[in-house]
Amino acid sequence: MAAIAEVAAVRAARRNGIVTGTVVMTVLLAIAPFIGLYPVFVMKGLCFALFACAFNLLLGFGGLLSFGHSMFLGTAGYITAFTAKEVGLDPALAILAGTAASAALGVIVGGLAIRRQGIYFAMITLAIAQMMYFFYLQMPFTHGEDGIQAVPRGRLFGVIDLTHPLAMYYTVLVIFVAAFVLIYRVIHSPFGQVLKAIRENEPRAISLGYDADRYKLLAFVLSATLSGLAGAVKAIVFQLAALTDVHWTMSGEVVLMTLLGGMGTIFGPVVGAFVIVTLENYLASLGEWVTVITGAIFVLCVLAFRRGIVGEIAAWWSAHRR
Amino acid sequence: MGDIILEARGLTKEFKGFVAVNDVNLAVERGTIHALIGPNGAGKTTCFNLLTHFITPTSGRIFFNGRDITGSRPAAIARQGLVRSFQISAVFPHLTVLENVRIALQRKRGRSLDFWRSERVLTSLDTRARELIDAVGLARFVDSTAGELPYGRKRALEIATTLALDPEMLLLDEPTAGMTHEDVDRIAALIRKVAADRTVLMVEHNLSVVSTLSDHITVLARGEVLAQGNYETVSTNPAVVEAYLGAAHG
Ligand SMILES: Nc1ncnc2c1ncn2[C@@H]1O[C@H](COP(=O)(O)OP(=O)(O)OP(=O)(O)O)[C@@H](O)[C@H]1O
Ligand SMILES: [Mg+2]
Repeated sequence: MAAIAEVAAVRAARRNGIVTGTVVMTVLLAIAPFIGLYPVFVMKGLCFALFACAFNLLLGFGGLLSFGHSMFLGTAGYITAFTAKEVGLDPALAILAGTAASAALGVIVGGLAIRRQGIYFAMITLAIAQMMYFFYLQMPFTHGEDGIQAVPRGRLFGVIDLTHPLAMYYTVLVIFVAAFVLIYRVIHSPFGQVLKAIRENEPRAISLGYDADRYKLLAFVLSATLSGLAGAVKAIVFQLAALTDVHWTMSGEVVLMTLLGGMGTIFGPVVGAFVIVTLENYLASLGEWVTVITGAIFVLCVLAFRRGIVGEIAAWWSAHRR
Repeated sequence: MGDIILEARGLTKEFKGFVAVNDVNLAVERGTIHALIGPNGAGKTTCFNLLTHFITPTSGRIFFNGRDITGSRPAAIARQGLVRSFQISAVFPHLTVLENVRIALQRKRGRSLDFWRSERVLTSLDTRARELIDAVGLARFVDSTAGELPYGRKRALEIATTLALDPEMLLLDEPTAGMTHEDVDRIAALIRKVAADRTVLMVEHNLSVVSTLSDHITVLARGEVLAQGNYETVSTNPAVVEAYLGAAHG
């Protein structure tokens, strides 16, 4: 009976921990510009954190490893940049358009890939992402190697002037926190419960009458949409949509961020994204060596810290609180 | 013959030249407990996989309530009321016992694609889940993680989960395998109880369970139907005795 009480206690403690963690994280991010952190740097971290959280929804909670997620980040970036600059849309609408484009792409790619298992799923997503890369390389509207530059930040809802750094910063923060809370809700929804069951034992879930593919597809589309949101916001913040965001290395980077932070944990991708963005920031002067260092971290992660930073801390914590 | 709920005609499955199930004709009468027995490797589990479309037959047709379900998707077959269990205990290991049963109840409740709602809406299913858990003797383990249960209890949980769907017909693959004596008795009693208003087709190696529970028996050997009938007819059939002895002697 002691063990039984413990399961409930551990879960309650975890839930409280997540609520507390979310509040602490939000407060820290809210005061970040006033404690000496550059808003642009934190915004970059937030865009990648959102991208990694969206990816983690699929990998950590849906058990599906996509190796083509850059296409969702990049597609939304291009559409947002194009609609903001060439069409002259309000930034909110441009972000919406970019996100919607990635959602639509998610439906198509998910429809093609979701029936494949394991490595075949990873391969088909990678293949489609490569096709998208060449498509964007060729299309005139993306301006190829140059990308869409000088995207206007504009006025949000025609009122809030996003050229003001703090206005931009808090807009990004609100979007990030809202998406983060939404992801938490998805994981702890009736849908999330079925998704967990499918990940744990797919044949059993099917035998109970669940069409596993439909649930996996919804997880895929949600992940693609939120990845798109990250790319859309990123395009407005950096006033740029470029090929790097649709390149396959970006798909690899989001895998790295998620694994490093802790796949299947709610805060892991946020931590992983900030660690990588920080490294890239401080090691930028080393040029090519950044790739080698992130590669080494990846290897270390896979060999020694399988659970990732947050995962290892959580495991250590629950082992020591007894 | 009375009302047939499940029927297989000429069911055949070939695995790369090896015929695991060969021209099996099977008719299960509504409201009965029907046992499918036979030596190891006879093709019993393969039959279950075919009936529930977890694998596609090489040839043959399957009818449930008179409807051809040969091409239906496995999840759709389950939703029509033909629900299977697995030979290797199939639970959701990181979910609690309560959550395991709730997953099944949630399917009947519907609205499982609601990703924006809190999982708290599912607590309305807890009362029913606890009743089902109680019925298989797992009340003490309601909040345990399913993966930590001993084998016999996992099987009991699987049955509770299957029953949560309130299926019209159950396919149970060796429900008592790996259980202690007292668990076997409890599960046998439970199967009898749930079969009062349902049909059960079960694969079972424990012959005492088979003899006490089943109304009708089909014996399978090397993928083919060897004999059919009640326990007396089947157990005195020389071919059946031969198949079992032959298998036992290697
Ligand atoms: N996917 C498969 N591919 C190839 N051969 C298979 C496959 N599944 C089953 N078989 C073979 O088909 C035969 C029947 O297997 P099945 O599992 O149906 O037997 P069973 O009657 O359930 O046996 P047991 O009592 O041991 O559970 C076996 O010889 C098995 O090796
Ligand atoms: Mg078997």
